[in-house]
Amino acid sequence: MSDYAFYLWGAYGVTFVALLLEVVFLRKRKREAKA
Amino acid sequence: MLDAAFCVVRRDLLLAWRRKSDVATALLFFVIVTSLFPLGVGAEPTLLRAIAPGVIWVAALLSSMLSLSRLFAADHADGTLEQMLLGAAPLGVVAAAKAAAHWIVAGLPLALIAPCIALQYDLQAALWPVLALSLLLGTPVLSLIGAIGAALTLGLRGGGILLSLLVLPLYVPVLILGAGSVDMASAGMGGEGQLLLLAALLVAAGAFAPWAIAAALRISME
Amino acid sequence: MNWFWYASPQTFYPLAGRIAPWFAVAAALLAAAGLCIGFFVAPTDAQQGEVYRIIFIHVPAAWLSMFIYVVMAFWAALGLAFNTRLSGMMASALAPTGALFTFIALWTGSLWGRPTWGTYWVWDARLTSELVLLFLYLGFIALQAAIDDPRRADRAGALLAIVGGVNIPIIHYSVVWWNTLHQGASVSVTKGASMQSQMLSAMLLMALAFWMYSIAVSLVRVRCVIRERGEA
Repeated sequence: MSDYAFYLWGAYGVTFVALLLEVVFLRKRKREAKA
Repeated sequence: MLDAAFCVVRRDLLLAWRRKSDVATALLFFVIVTSLFPLGVGAEPTLLRAIAPGVIWVAALLSSMLSLSRLFAADHADGTLEQMLLGAAPLGVVAAAKAAAHWIVAGLPLALIAPCIALQYDLQAALWPVLALSLLLGTPVLSLIGAIGAALTLGLRGGGILLSLLVLPLYVPVLILGAGSVDMASAGMGGEGQLLLLAALLVAAGAFAPWAIAAALRISME
Repeated sequence: MNWFWYASPQTFYPLAGRIAPWFAVAAALLAAAGLCIGFFVAPTDAQQGEVYRIIFIHVPAAWLSMFIYVVMAFWAALGLAFNTRLSGMMASALAPTGALFTFIALWTGSLWGRPTWGTYWVWDARLTSELVLLFLYLGFIALQAAIDDPRRADRAGALLAIVGGVNIPIIHYSVVWWNTLHQGASVSVTKGASMQSQMLSAMLLMALAFWMYSIAVSLVRVRCVIRERGEA
C-alpha cells in the first residue's frame, strides 16, 4: 500500500494514453477520409 | 422436411466416407494433442489425473473446430450450397443436418475415444462414463455453434484461424460445464448438475443455432 | 419531428458533426468533476489506502465495455432486421471503443489486483468474463476486417454481435460458477456492503464521462465510415 503510486499512476496513465491514442488515430482517419 | 434432413446427413456421411483420411486426421489430432500435455507438464500421476478432464475437453474443442472450415467449403466450391439456398427444404433444416453430420464424423468419435485417453491420464475408471457423457452432450453444441462461425467465414481469406477466433469464446461455457462435470464427479459430488446444464445448452443450441446458421449462409452467399 | 429522416447516412452525417463536439465537452467536464471528487473529496479507504482510487476508472470502464456491446448488438440487430445501412455503420463504429474500454478495465483491474490480492492476474469470475468479452470484440473487428464488401461485412458482423450478445450471459454465469468452484483464497472485489457516497458519486461521474466520450468518439468514427464508403 505504501508504493501505491506505481499502481495508481500506472492505471491512470495507461488509461489516459489509451484514450489519447484512440483520439489521435481517429483524427488521422478523419483526415484521410476527407482527403 | 425430415426427408431433406436425412438426405443431407446421408450425403455428408457418404462424402466423409469417401475421404476417410480427412476424418481420421482430425481424430489423430485429438490423440496427439492429448499426448503432448504430459510431455509438457511432466508425467506425475496426480497432476495428470487433475488436469485430465480439462486437457481432454480442450483437445476435443480444438479438434472439432479444425474440421469446421470444411463444413461448407466443398459445397460452396461446386455450387451445391447455392442449390441448397434456392431449394425447397428450409435452410435451417439443411444447416442443422449438416451440423449433425459434422458431429457424427468429428464429435461422436471423440466421445468414444476419450476413455482411452482418460486411461493414459490415469483417470479413475468410475469417471469415464461422466467424461464420455459430457462429451456426447457437449460436442453437438460445439458443432452447432461452430457451424455458425463456419457459415460467417465462408470463402474468406484467413478463414481457419479467423474461425477459431470467432468461435472459441462462444465455446467457453461448454468447456467449463464439460470439464466441470468430471471435476465434480471426481470430488464425489456427482456431475449431474453440469450434465443437465449441458443438455440444456444442447436443446437451446439445437433450437436457435440452425436459424443463425441459415442467416449466416444467406449473408455470406449474396 | 420525423426522427427517421436522420436514418440515412447523408442526413445523419452533418447531424453527427454538429453534436459530437458537445459530447466531447460534456465528457471533459464530467471527467474533471469526477476526478476532483475522486481525488480530493473522497476519503482514504480503511483497508486499501490510496490505491483503491483505481476504482474510479476500473468500474466505469467495465460498465462501458458491457454497455457498448449491448448498444452495438442493438444497432446490429436493427440493421439486420430493417436492412438499414446506417445501423451497421454505427455498430462498426462502436466496436473499437468498446474493445478499448474492455482493455482498460482489464489493465486497471490487473494493476488494482497486484497491491490488493498480491497478483497481477487472477482468474476471478469478472476478470475472466471481461477477457472473453475482449475476445468477442476482437472477433467482431477481425471478421469485419476480413470481409471486403462493406454490406456483407456489416451483416456478418451484426450476426456475430447478436450471437455473442446472446451468449454473454451464459458465458458470464458459467464463469461465475467455475470461479466459485475453483476459488482458492477468497477474493472480494466489491467494496463492502455500502460505498461511501463520495466514492459512489465520483464513480458515477466518471461513468457518465466515459459514456459521453464514447458517444463523441463513435459519432466521429461513424462519420469517417460514412465518408469512406462514399455515402456523404
